[in-house]
Amino acid sequence: MSKTSTINANEITIIQKKNLYLLLTVVVIVGLIMLAGYITEYSHVEGIMSIPAAMSWMASNMWFSQSTLSNLGSVMRLLWETILISIVSTTTAAVFAVVFALLGSKLTYINKPLMYAAKIVASISRNIPVVAWALILVISFGTNSMTGFLALFFGSFGFLVRAFLETIDEGSEDSVEALKATGATYWHTIFKAVLPDSMPQMFSWILFMIETNIRSATLVGLLTGTGIGYLFDLYYKQLNYEMVSLITLAIVLAVLVIEAISNIIRREIL
Amino acid sequence: MAVDSKVKEVTETRTDFNNKEAEEVLISFDEDLEITGDEVEIATKEELKEMPVIMSIENLNKEYSKGKSVLKDVNFEIKQGELLSIIGPSGAGKSTLLRSINRMIEPTSGKITFDKQNITNVKGRDLRNMRTNIGMIFQHYNLVDRLSVFENVMHGTLGYKNSLQGIFSLYTESEKEEAIDIITELGIEDHIYKRCDELSGGQKQRVGIARALVQKPKIILCDEPIASLDPSSSRVIMEHLRKICSEKGITVIVNLHQVDVAKNYSDRIIGLNSGEIVFNGHPTEINKEVIQAVYGTDFDDLIME
Repeated sequence: MSKTSTINANEITIIQKKNLYLLLTVVVIVGLIMLAGYITEYSHVEGIMSIPAAMSWMASNMWFSQSTLSNLGSVMRLLWETILISIVSTTTAAVFAVVFALLGSKLTYINKPLMYAAKIVASISRNIPVVAWALILVISFGTNSMTGFLALFFGSFGFLVRAFLETIDEGSEDSVEALKATGATYWHTIFKAVLPDSMPQMFSWILFMIETNIRSATLVGLLTGTGIGYLFDLYYKQLNYEMVSLITLAIVLAVLVIEAISNIIRREIL
Repeated sequence: MAVDSKVKEVTETRTDFNNKEAEEVLISFDEDLEITGDEVEIATKEELKEMPVIMSIENLNKEYSKGKSVLKDVNFEIKQGELLSIIGPSGAGKSTLLRSINRMIEPTSGKITFDKQNITNVKGRDLRNMRTNIGMIFQHYNLVDRLSVFENVMHGTLGYKNSLQGIFSLYTESEKEEAIDIITELGIEDHIYKRCDELSGGQKQRVGIARALVQKPKIILCDEPIASLDPSSSRVIMEHLRKICSEKGITVIVNLHQVDVAKNYSDRIIGLNSGEIVFNGHPTEINKEVIQAVYGTDFDDLIME
């Protein structure tokens, strides 16, 4: 075969360059880990070595007995309350989030100032962590379920607006164009193209948010004195580790069950 | 024997459809012959001259950003009941031109007259009215994938409805019957309850055509209707468009990449290059010089699909 190309194979250095970058990245990351450990006087070796001891402590102190198990009723009641608060706050947030997402999407916005306003509100609500929301709200609302609900509401709202907005922008452009071309009104395009196109994805995000919120609800409850988090905090401070482990286990199981259920729902709708 | 010679004739005139897959195409042609059996008949130059004008486009300009013109002073007339193809290389402004006609894209300047009405600046109810008279089909079909074929076709009536009627799907019986007729005509009646994402490309495009026809339009705009389809589906779609034009008298304007398809099915061809009309004439007038002007390359260098 005659050589037709004028490019010399060993002149192409792009692969060597990529490899060099990869090597450099690894070196930098390892260097940062060493540096961070040196500054904080944390030894990774010691950290890993202490794991077996911690494990055996947990096994001896957190293995709950029959008598602890009799408290399961009150744990389940508060866990149920926590799950309900998560679901209510997420679904309420979702309703508001749909409206804000429609106002903020470049496909469905009504006017520019309103679009930016919607985006800014969502961004503020999203960028304040849910723990911060709980701390802020507990000052004004006191320690009750309402505070827990509102903290989760604001956290979910911001995230859902963002998720819905991207769902709308990605999924509906073509069908909105087609409907506009038939002479459809703004509301037609929303109800006949945007919502049918994005509903399943939106439900999927809502389910994801409910899962996340059950996890956060524990932490929020700890701060606002409600739900399962409050119970956790109570026994933890009493050094009743058996109850703590029972509560933890209950939360983990609840989250796993909810996740399994939402996976089934997701499979059905997507 | 009769069928044999017919097949030969068609393959001879249409080998250009896709040389590489000649056999595959031949099979699909066979099938199609049974269904339609029609020869493509296009209007002669004389007939074209006598057709009344339905739309005229004068001095149309479009700039997306200052100083970068996509359309430069475009002037042409559209005759009632013709099939007009617009050909040109990618980025020539074919899509922009098509979308300017129903004001999905606002032209920077110029005048568009449709049915003796100046539609360049119509707004609100008038704009919607104008759009109901102009159907549109798309390269990527632009259907609502999660809805059924029937629901998608019914979307064509939305232009005639107010917001509430549309949202609650208050379609009249006669509208539904018409939709079913159109769906049957296009041969997708077996899929009427199916969700659109279960359909093949060719079937999706026929749903798109049905949606446009339900609008009872005077003009149908087609933006690269066969660019995402295989040769045999492409042929079915082009044949349907030709039929709509010849039998229903609806004006069809098609953006096309394939010169030979344009030559085969159109009454008239407009060649667009860098936003300017470089050719406007009968398909028989397409020759090497025209191709050179439109595409900037020789005819032989074009891949014939």
